[in-house]
Amino acid sequence: MKILVCISHVPDTTSKINFTDNNTKFDTNGVQFIIGPYDDYALARAVELKEASGATITVLNVGLADTEPTIRKALAIGADDAIRVNAEPTDSFFVASQIAAQAKGGGYDLILMGRESIDYNSGAVHGIVGEMLGIPSVSPVMKLEIEGVKAKLAREIEGGKEYLEVSLPFVAGCQEPIAEWKIPNMRGIMSARTKPLKVVEPVATDSGVRLEKFELPPAKGAVKMIAADNVVELVTLLKNEAKVL
Amino acid sequence: MNILVFTESAEGKIKKTSLEAVAFAHAMGGNVSAIAIGQVEQAELENLGKYGATRVLHAADEKLNQGVIQAYAAVLAKAFQDEQADVLVLADSSLGTPVGARVAAKLDASLASNVVQLPDTSSGFVVKRSIYTGKAFANVSLTKSKKVIGIKKNAAEVKEVGSPASVTAFQASLSAADFSTTITSSEKATGEVLLPEANIVVSGGRGMKGPEHWGAIEELAKTLGAATGCSKPVSDMGWRPHHEHVGQTGVKVAPQLYIAIGISGAIQHLAGVNSSKCIVVINKDADAPFFKAADYGIVGDAFDILPKLNEAIKAAR
Repeated sequence: MKILVCISHVPDTTSKINFTDNNTKFDTNGVQFIIGPYDDYALARAVELKEASGATITVLNVGLADTEPTIRKALAIGADDAIRVNAEPTDSFFVASQIAAQAKGGGYDLILMGRESIDYNSGAVHGIVGEMLGIPSVSPVMKLEIEGVKAKLAREIEGGKEYLEVSLPFVAGCQEPIAEWKIPNMRGIMSARTKPLKVVEPVATDSGVRLEKFELPPAKGAVKMIAADNVVELVTLLKNEAKVL
Repeated sequence: MNILVFTESAEGKIKKTSLEAVAFAHAMGGNVSAIAIGQVEQAELENLGKYGATRVLHAADEKLNQGVIQAYAAVLAKAFQDEQADVLVLADSSLGTPVGARVAAKLDASLASNVVQLPDTSSGFVVKRSIYTGKAFANVSLTKSKKVIGIKKNAAEVKEVGSPASVTAFQASLSAADFSTTITSSEKATGEVLLPEANIVVSGGRGMKGPEHWGAIEELAKTLGAATGCSKPVSDMGWRPHHEHVGQTGVKVAPQLYIAIGISGAIQHLAGVNSSKCIVVINKDADAPFFKAADYGIVGDAFDILPKLNEAIKAAR
């Protein structure tokens, strides 16, 4: 089985978000970058499938050269080789077009990624890739089992889950608890250094989305503390001041 | 401008978030058509007129009673073309968001999800989207002639603006490939307020000390007509089901009121609640970081405060 795992290179979840260049650029100063947490679940499931019944895993990232440590980490976790599409991942349509271009003719049985990247939160790349390749896409997937040429999936829905069956190949946007995150071991880290990482140039697309400017939310006012023996005051404030009751 | 709105339903009723989508489209101005897919009550369909739809389409094919992503995308793309729509508006959800992505690709439309306010059309078509899990916004121009926008909860206020509309049956031309995924079964909490759609959320953390103490949280939620949520450790330990996990990698909520009990307020949890209008934090640790993100706080023992709060709210309502 051939699995393509698409990963994003995103600020750590504890990062403070700031912008530069007149609010048109993300400020990377002091920011630690990681494999997108949802993508990390997708990768972990791919590695489990490989360990259970054999598979080759190609990891794909759309990003500039600074994402290579993140790609090497994915190789250390268990991917066999990697492709980096040398471009800034500006929006879902652009990223999906690059993934589809690489996947076409690649013979992948399974294309996995996170349900969304935690920077732009669009949750759209899996759907667009599925449409571009003319194959099913399912998201958010919390369980994935392969049975021959079919897969059994569970998808999270509001207030519960939905169980599905789908034939390979398909695209899945993954989330917990599909697998446990994997921490690379020393052998993985050593072998990742020599695993093949191919750099390709992007295909031209018109995504029809152009950034004008970023914006931070207004600062939050100070918390109002209420004595533990005076919950009545809290209720009054919620009703008359905050007007939410 | 012709606007098509995808209205999602559950158990025959149009979802509240979809009514917000209709209200959003109405506020954008222009001609609003709404489309519902699968089994929906007739009165619910007609009522879409009250919230701003001038035309209501209904794709009632039996095969569409379950939300199959590809099939729904095919229906919406065809309706978009038949209605000569310029914009498709839908409410972001576990179904709406992935469906919207496929529709945008089918139509070669500009796509934006998590939109939080009406587009600015003074020069082009600029939408404001929530990014970095609620920590920032991006203003983006959608430059293609066709557009698909997914709106975040509370992007529009549901108001009655018209009268019930007549309903037109919509014939979708579906192929076998549109049903290549089969939904075999589903499990869903019934009779509860659904977390992503709730106006009030009562959430518990490790400070609740165990699943056996959730009764007090459920009582308060019942009094408030609220949904119950929890922190990641609570769902990881299996005290509560995963669909109640609020946070960075769980459900992101945007209620009017979020009450956090015994949750310390890790940054990953805050990412899931930072779109709430008002946050109340109850924690016995005065140094809990959540207090910094709260509007109101009480330092004290949850087991002591919860029943008193429940009584005080009952008395005030």
